[in-house]
Amino acid sequence: MSTLTRPNVGRKTPRVFYFMVLPALVIFAVFHTVPLLSGIYFSFTNYAGYGEWSFVGLSNYINLFRDDRILNAYGFTFLFAIVSTIAVNVISLAVAIALNGRIKFKTGFRGIFFIPNILSILIVGYVFNYLFSNSVPAIAEALGINALTTSILAGADTAWIGVVILSVWQAAAFNIIIYLAGLQTIGGELYEAASLDGASSWRQFRSITFPLIGAFFTINMVLSLKNFLQVFDQIVSLTAGGPGTSTESISLLIYRGGFEGGEYGYQTANAVIYLIVIIAISFVQLRILQRREASF
Amino acid sequence: MTATAESAAPRTAAPSGPSPTAMRRDRPKINWWLTALVAVCSLTVLIPLYLAVVTALKTPDQLGGTGFELPIGARWENFAEAWTTVKFPRALLNTALVTVGAVLLTLLTNSMVAYAIARNLHRKFFKGLYLYFIAALFVPFPIILLSVVKETAILGLDNQLGLILLYTVYGLSFNIFVYVAYIRSIPLELEEAALTDGASTWTIFWRIIFPLLGPMNATVGILTCLWAWNDFLLPLVILSDPAAQTLPLAQFIFQGQFNTNYPVAFASYLLALAPLLLVYLFAQRWVVSGVMRGSTK
Repeated sequence: MSTLTRPNVGRKTPRVFYFMVLPALVIFAVFHTVPLLSGIYFSFTNYAGYGEWSFVGLSNYINLFRDDRILNAYGFTFLFAIVSTIAVNVISLAVAIALNGRIKFKTGFRGIFFIPNILSILIVGYVFNYLFSNSVPAIAEALGINALTTSILAGADTAWIGVVILSVWQAAAFNIIIYLAGLQTIGGELYEAASLDGASSWRQFRSITFPLIGAFFTINMVLSLKNFLQVFDQIVSLTAGGPGTSTESISLLIYRGGFEGGEYGYQTANAVIYLIVIIAISFVQLRILQRREASF
Repeated sequence: MTATAESAAPRTAAPSGPSPTAMRRDRPKINWWLTALVAVCSLTVLIPLYLAVVTALKTPDQLGGTGFELPIGARWENFAEAWTTVKFPRALLNTALVTVGAVLLTLLTNSMVAYAIARNLHRKFFKGLYLYFIAALFVPFPIILLSVVKETAILGLDNQLGLILLYTVYGLSFNIFVYVAYIRSIPLELEEAALTDGASTWTIFWRIIFPLLGPMNATVGILTCLWAWNDFLLPLVILSDPAAQTLPLAQFIFQGQFNTNYPVAFASYLLALAPLLLVYLFAQRWVVSGVMRGSTK
């Protein structure tokens, strides 16, 4: 019965498989692809979100590059996303290695470090808001650290640091678990052999640990950057984009301009650029990081 | 991973050499310095939670200071006040409804779509479909945000039902990715045997494959639950009726009313965080290992 080695090979696909996917395909297209295409369509119009509209060609796109508020949002979002991505991956990897070491209460600590991931970032943001605006200045005053006696959220140049701290605090939870999963795929005998050969811990990390969790590093870097570039909740609860527009992210700007500012067409053009940027970065990142992985 | 260590233990009776895990067990060498370091690091997770708890139990005139001081006589009335101000029971019910709905619909539909794709990946149509769904992972949400809001409003889906549907649809890309990888690791023999016994593809999926997906269903269920429960942006833009507000959205809406009263505000934060935190307290091992499983597949 050679036909049975793989069901349906050489035969027509049973119709039932089409019935299984067609509803999903239709609904997915309606709620994802149609909005995507209609967004691209409206980016060439001056639609305000209501009322009359007409085609304006590429003028939305041209205006984007002259708009200080847009440029500022890209500047902030990228600064924030890059700093957070690096910080969260360094911290998560370090914590994951420690958790994977010969420590007591492993499962308990693992459970504690995952807590931020199960909490609403918006609500935690309100707690951090209080921490930054009231607690930290009070502690700084008591200790005589003048630089921190005013809230970092109140300064246009420092508010972004608060957003980074909150975001890293939360994102580390998930990344630690992913790195831990990666570390546990490495057999202990590799390290035993290495220490018999007299390799230092740093050397073991560089020559064994890091190369072997390369795939996990790639995934975490790409996903972190992609998620941080879409930062929204953290900013709503921590700074609301302020002071001024110093911490207004691209997502927040699209939401505000599109919903509240009557800039539907204009902000969808912004979103199209944003889409292109995210796709380009994801691909570049995947290429670079995968090449690194292969060269080990 | 603890499971493998435990299952390896009884096997040490076998004459073959003990496994490395068993060997390490014989001479457990706990690194106490590292344990202490990890304990100190874990404080960074707990400090904001501690701050939330002590603040929620204070009276407004006890605030001042660093905020870390213990409250003088716990004021539990803050919770009662928060309970009614943010209409907590209603928000909790909405969130629970949306989350349970999204998890169930996701598990039932996404696994089935993944099964059809996984068993037909050698065909152009299904391969194309697979890539089509995966490609959506790269599309940032803001670009579809404005249009989706219009669409759901027109279709009368600007409510909890709409949210359930959207979580199921937007989760599809990632879930298909993990399900397909898992299903392709399930040998075909079982299905072939059932097929020769005259079982239909539906029966095969629901009776044989779906039960085998147990571990993956747990992973997808956990991730969907965390997402739907804590999400803020979708409820913010989709829901039009205030009576449909979810927990995070209710916190956002009522933020202005707490400007002068931090303790009540913090009590309401804790109320909103508590349900999932309590579930997590009991299911912690299961949740974390479920997430880890998803990342190694």
